[in-house]
Amino acid sequence: MDNYSDKASTFPDPFGLARETRGFGEVEDQNDPVLMLLRLKDVRKTARDWQSFRSGVTPGRIVVPSEVSIRQTRQIPFEMDPPEHTEYRALLESWFRRPQQPDYQIALAGLVSELIKSVVQKGTVEVVSELALRLQSQALTLLLNVPLAEAETWIGWGTHVFRSEGEALDSQKASILYDYIDQQIDKALQQPGEDLYSVLLASRAQGRTLTREEVSGVMILTFAGGRDTVINAITNSIAYLAEHPHQLERLRREPETAGKAVEELIRYFSPLTHMGRVAATDTEVCSHAVRADSRVSLCWASANRDASTFENPNEVVLDRALNPHVGFGFGHHNCLGATHARLVLKTLLTTLASRVSTMEIHEYEENNEDWGEFRRKVGFHRIQVKFNPLQQNN
Amino acid sequence: MAKITFITRENETITTEAAAGTIMELGVRQGVRGIDGDCGGVCSCATCHVHVAPEYMAIVGPPGDIESDMLELNDNVTEYSRLGCQVQITEDLDGLVLHVAR
Ligand code: HEM
Ligand code: FES
Repeated sequence: MDNYSDKASTFPDPFGLARETRGFGEVEDQNDPVLMLLRLKDVRKTARDWQSFRSGVTPGRIVVPSEVSIRQTRQIPFEMDPPEHTEYRALLESWFRRPQQPDYQIALAGLVSELIKSVVQKGTVEVVSELALRLQSQALTLLLNVPLAEAETWIGWGTHVFRSEGEALDSQKASILYDYIDQQIDKALQQPGEDLYSVLLASRAQGRTLTREEVSGVMILTFAGGRDTVINAITNSIAYLAEHPHQLERLRREPETAGKAVEELIRYFSPLTHMGRVAATDTEVCSHAVRADSRVSLCWASANRDASTFENPNEVVLDRALNPHVGFGFGHHNCLGATHARLVLKTLLTTLASRVSTMEIHEYEENNEDWGEFRRKVGFHRIQVKFNPLQQNN
Repeated sequence: MAKITFITRENETITTEAAAGTIMELGVRQGVRGIDGDCGGVCSCATCHVHVAPEYMAIVGPPGDIESDMLELNDNVTEYSRLGCQVQITEDLDGLVLHVAR
C-alpha cells in the first residue's frame, strides 16, 4: 500500500481548505450522512449544546461509521445526555482519576520500563504489535485493577478488536469482546473483588444498582475507546521522536517538558478523528441548515489544526505553552480515560529519553482513514523501528 | 509571598502561601478539591476554573483571548471566571480569595 506523506512522522491536515472556505465536510455512511464540523469554534459550541445535538440516541449512531446495525448495547456514559449522563459520569469520575495516585504511577513506570528494556534488547521491533499493543494492554490492567496476566488475552485479540481497518465494525471480532466481558461480569458476580467490574456491579444510579447491561456498556466503552486511540498515540509519538532526535535529547535534558509534549502530540496526531451527534430539531451550524434527526460530527482532528487559534498548526511545537486542543474532546463528554492516557504517554516519553539514545525507522505502512473527500493519516499498520540504547544507562 | 485562599464547592477553606507558579499549580499542590489541572496548564481542560472574589478582579486581570474562548459557553462562567493555569502568582495577589467553579 502507498504511503502518501513524505515522512513517517508527518501527519498532513486534509481538512485545511474545506475548514477555511466552507467550515464543514460531508460524509456518506450507510444512508445516514454526516455533516463534519471542521472549525474549532463550531466544534466547541456544538459539543456544549447537548440540548440541540444529542448523544443519547439509538446506540451506535453517534459513531462514524455507524454501528447501529451491529450492536444494541448502549455505551455508558458516552451515549447519554444530561441529566442521566451527569449521574453516570459522576459514578465513574473518581475511578478514572486513579492514575493521579503515586502507586499507580509507580506501577505504570515499572511496566513501561520493562517493555522498553525488552525492545532495546531486541534491537529492531515492529512497534504497533510488539510495543504499542503490549503497552496499551498492560497499562489497561492497572486502570481496570485486574491481574497483569489478563493483558495476554487482550494482546491475543490483535490490534482491531472492534474495527477492521476503518471499515464498518467487524461483528465477529466485536463478539469476542462482548463474550469476554460477559464472562468477566459472571466472575465478578460470583466472586466480587476490587476490579472495575465488581465496583460497577455494586454501584447505584437512578435509585437502583446498575444493571448487567449497564455494566457491560461501561466496560465495552472502556475497552473500545482506549484501544486504537492509545495504540496510535504511542506509535506516532515514537515515529516523531525517531525522526526528531534532538527532541528526544531535549526530553532527556528537560524531563519537565514531557507534560506539554504529550498535549502537543495529542493535538497534532488527534488519535480520534471525530465523533457524531444527532440534531434534536431543525437547526443551523456554521450557516448551514441541519435537519432534525440528521447527524453532524465534531471533527477534533480538524479543529486541532485551526490556524485562527493555533500558530503554525501543522508543526509540532513540543513545548507549546497555550494549547487549547480538543484531542480529548470538549465539554461534558470529554475523555474519561484522558488521565490514564496522558500518564501512559508521559511515562513513555520519559522512559524513552532515559534509556534510548536514538531510534531509526525502517519500513512502515501508514494507516489512512477515508472520510468522503478527506483522506486522513491516523497512524500505522506496521512500522519497524530500531532502538539504540543509551550507553551510560545499562 | 502572597497569601491565597481557595474555597471549594464543598465550602472547605484552604489558605496557603506562594511566591511563584500559577494558581492551578498551587491548587494541585495543596490538594484543593476541584482543581485538577488535567492538561498540565496549557489551557485545554478547564479543570482549573476559579471565580475570583470581585474585589480582586482588577488585580488579577481579565482572561486572554484563548482563555476566554475556552470559558465561553461554560455553564458556570461568570465575569469573575479565570483558568487558574493562566494566572501567575505575584506579590500583588496577596490576600486573594478564589472560589473553585463547578
Ligand atoms: C490518546 C488516547 C485517547 C484519545 C485521543 C481519546 C479521545 C476521546 C474523545 C475525543 C472523546 C469525546 C467523545 C465525544 O465527545 O463524544 C472521548 C471520550 C471518552 N473516552 Fe477517550 N480517548 C483516549 C483514550 C481513552 C482511554 C484510555 C479510555 C479508557 C480506557 C477512554 C475512554 C473514554 C470514555 C469512557 C469516553 C466517554 C466519556 C463521556 O461520554 O462522558 N479514552 N475520548
Ligand atoms: S490546567 Fe488545563 S486548562 Fe488550566
